[in-house]
Amino acid sequence: MYVAVKGGDRAIENSQKLLAEERRGDPRIPELSLPQIQEQMALGVDRVMTEGSLYDPELAALAIKQARGDLVEAIFLLRAYRTTLPRFGAGEPLDTADMAIRRRISATYKDLPGGQLLGGSFDYTHRLLDFALAAGDERPVAEIAPDGVEAGMPRVVDILDHEGLIEFEAPDDDGEPVFDLTRESPRYPADRAARLQNLARGDEGWLLGLGYSTQRGYGNNHPFAGEIRVGEVAVEFAPEELGFPIEIGEITVTECQMINQFKGSASVPPQFTRGYGLTFGHCERKAMAMALVDRALRARDFGEATEAPAQDEEFVMAHSDNVEASGFVQHLKLPHYVDFQAELVTVRALRRKAEAAEAIPDAAE
Amino acid sequence: MSEARRRLLMRTDWGIVYQNARDGLRMKVSAGANVGERLMAIGDRHYGHIRAEAVDWLERVEMDLGRIDDLPATFSGGMQQRLQIARNLVTKPRLVFMDEPTSGLDVSVQARLLDLIRGLVGSLGIACVVVTHDLGVVRLLSHRLMVMKGGDVVEHGLTDQVLDDPQHPYTQLLVSSILPV
Amino acid sequence: MPTVIPHPTASTATAAAPQRLEGYNFAYLDEQTKRMIRRALLKAVAVPGYQVPFGSREMPLPYGWGTGGIQVTAAVIGPDDTLKVIDQGADDTTNAVNIRRFFAKTAGVATTDRTVDASIIQTRHRIPETPLTEDQILVYQVPIPEPLRQLEPREAETRKMHALEEYGVMHVSLYEDIAKFGRITKSYNYPVRVNGRYVMAPSPIPKFDNPKMDRMPALQLFGAGREKRLYAVPPYTEVKSLDFEDHPFEVETWEQDCALCGAGDSYLDEVIVDDKGTRMFVCSDSDYCRERREAGHQGDGGPA
Repeated sequence: MYVAVKGGDRAIENSQKLLAEERRGDPRIPELSLPQIQEQMALGVDRVMTEGSLYDPELAALAIKQARGDLVEAIFLLRAYRTTLPRFGAGEPLDTADMAIRRRISATYKDLPGGQLLGGSFDYTHRLLDFALAAGDERPVAEIAPDGVEAGMPRVVDILDHEGLIEFEAPDDDGEPVFDLTRESPRYPADRAARLQNLARGDEGWLLGLGYSTQRGYGNNHPFAGEIRVGEVAVEFAPEELGFPIEIGEITVTECQMINQFKGSASVPPQFTRGYGLTFGHCERKAMAMALVDRALRARDFGEATEAPAQDEEFVMAHSDNVEASGFVQHLKLPHYVDFQAELVTVRALRRKAEAAEAIPDAAE
Repeated sequence: MSEARRRLLMRTDWGIVYQNARDGLRMKVSAGANVGERLMAIGDRHYGHIRAEAVDWLERVEMDLGRIDDLPATFSGGMQQRLQIARNLVTKPRLVFMDEPTSGLDVSVQARLLDLIRGLVGSLGIACVVVTHDLGVVRLLSHRLMVMKGGDVVEHGLTDQVLDDPQHPYTQLLVSSILPV
Repeated sequence: MPTVIPHPTASTATAAAPQRLEGYNFAYLDEQTKRMIRRALLKAVAVPGYQVPFGSREMPLPYGWGTGGIQVTAAVIGPDDTLKVIDQGADDTTNAVNIRRFFAKTAGVATTDRTVDASIIQTRHRIPETPLTEDQILVYQVPIPEPLRQLEPREAETRKMHALEEYGVMHVSLYEDIAKFGRITKSYNYPVRVNGRYVMAPSPIPKFDNPKMDRMPALQLFGAGREKRLYAVPPYTEVKSLDFEDHPFEVETWEQDCALCGAGDSYLDEVIVDDKGTRMFVCSDSDYCRERREAGHQGDGGPA
């Protein structure tokens, strides 16, 4: 019996009702609240904010709830909301040297001004499933140190910079508006601002794999984790009518500065080079992977061979966005029967030709 | 010269034969298409004609016509080099650059290829700039010779004259370094 | 015995303008974004076939599902427009329904299934069989706007190739087809040359539809959201499918006519009607098929 493919309004509506029911799950189980997600799934919230490029823990929590815990879908929800927001202007550059530190570690110095500050980290946990946690109602309390964090906590790269040991990074103060990846289409070759924006929004898994590949010889840069710091920084904005910046809030960020192989030439003495990673919230793995890939993508700037995938700007940037990738991979679910029909017609014609040629062997060329 | 002009010249009046044939060939398309590409690039839209030209040029570079639809990756180094030459000469360029066209090939293949290049260049009246370290190639192919060292020309003149009576110490060193056969 | 349930006729009338969703701008995008897109479209119309980069926005529908076409439609649609959306030629495929719902909700415009009643037609993979007029705009959803992409993956290089009209490689791929199969085997997204200048991807329409693009009275706009490119073919512009003089461009033909309306000139979908693979062929353009049936045409009803 022939029924034309029908996806009418009703089918879509019903599908969405079913989705809502499935999202809620068993109604006898208490429903998740946004504060619960925000507080207890905080790293998921941070990832969604970072790749969704919108700092709003509550909306990110809503997106996670609505997406049934599918973080890539949640990122998509947040992005789609973000595009509808009016844009007032660009903030002042964040001063991460002035961060209220939660965690700060350096792999390059045993001790340094401000010290190593472990903060809360999975790093030294034994990955043993905690069955006490399964029982629930746990209220752990951490002690408060008698003396707080040291006030001066200079960034490790700044210490190297004083000695001229690391490449000088000129602040971007040419007065030109910063390229905005979300408003303009990328042009290749891209500048570093465009690359860093792309990586900051890029899929964590994509960056992790690429960063990892550089460590395994596909574009090695001999990285050292110069510093990873997590904490709160002030966001400043200069409204046109005021003419000077005012603080409009505070956000949590993770910053990773990788220090990479020295490079020298006839004119420049050997020095270290930088790879940079920055995320909203606490996304340490992502920040580190981003710093590796950022450095790999700078190969061209340093006159290095660009042979590895992580060094290939177009390859890395064009495929990093999981909202784009997820959409295009999954669009294969849409009907393609017109094109498939066209292929069928062609293949049948070719087969007829081949059969005819077989029937009269000598007629073949 | 603008890039547009340069790229136009590269598919019309100029030819470039690379040391490594892989750099000069389109490895994922057939030998015939490799030869036909420049014709198509300058507007030839007749398959039969393009095909006939490809056949003609494969013959001229003494390649097996049965291989016309095969991929260059399946060819030997010498054949790849022949294909590269055919691909360049099909639009009858006026100037061809060759970068070490015979290095990396074994000696018997080298000799036949040099013979072929000399024949084609002579019969088509093409100007050819050949870069090589092989003085045997120089003597066989070139009428005029420039000796370069560190990016500068240190000596130039008629090939026989320079090779038989080198003036510059570097040229003298080069000439004296040839192993006596 | 297979029974044929014809395309429904109940929903084909033009639907009156529905209520618009509160809280969002007309047609979803803010006016500044629409102006940016319209500026890009003007440039696209001025340079037919040239891919204009634009600041594509994230849409509430996934990339690859028509975000480019939706942004173009959103930028050109007005309250008095009547919108038709098709996917695979049909108005009732899920994605077409979904996009039509989106505009009904965010722009509150009238929608229609009738090609002749529409002022804007957004399409994926087909051009309607009914010839379009000067009063209409055809908006294509484009997945990969770069016709050279499968031959050269790098954007920096393909832009150069377009700028310098280096299109030889395109014919190389057609040459290879003929050398291998004795004919050009590209069956959809068949590359065209627009106005004698730019080689353009017509989007994955079957090559059957290519001739309709040539000198079409309607304005043709193309949007690729994920790839952030727009391009256009102005009315009455020459659109030529690439070919060789001795292997001219040809379109698909079928031995059968449409089983429902008997049309012998339309693009046919193949429908499997039982588990033995028995097939019947029906018009892919559901509106065209319905119109013919309403005018009294009838097919043979498919395999008995």
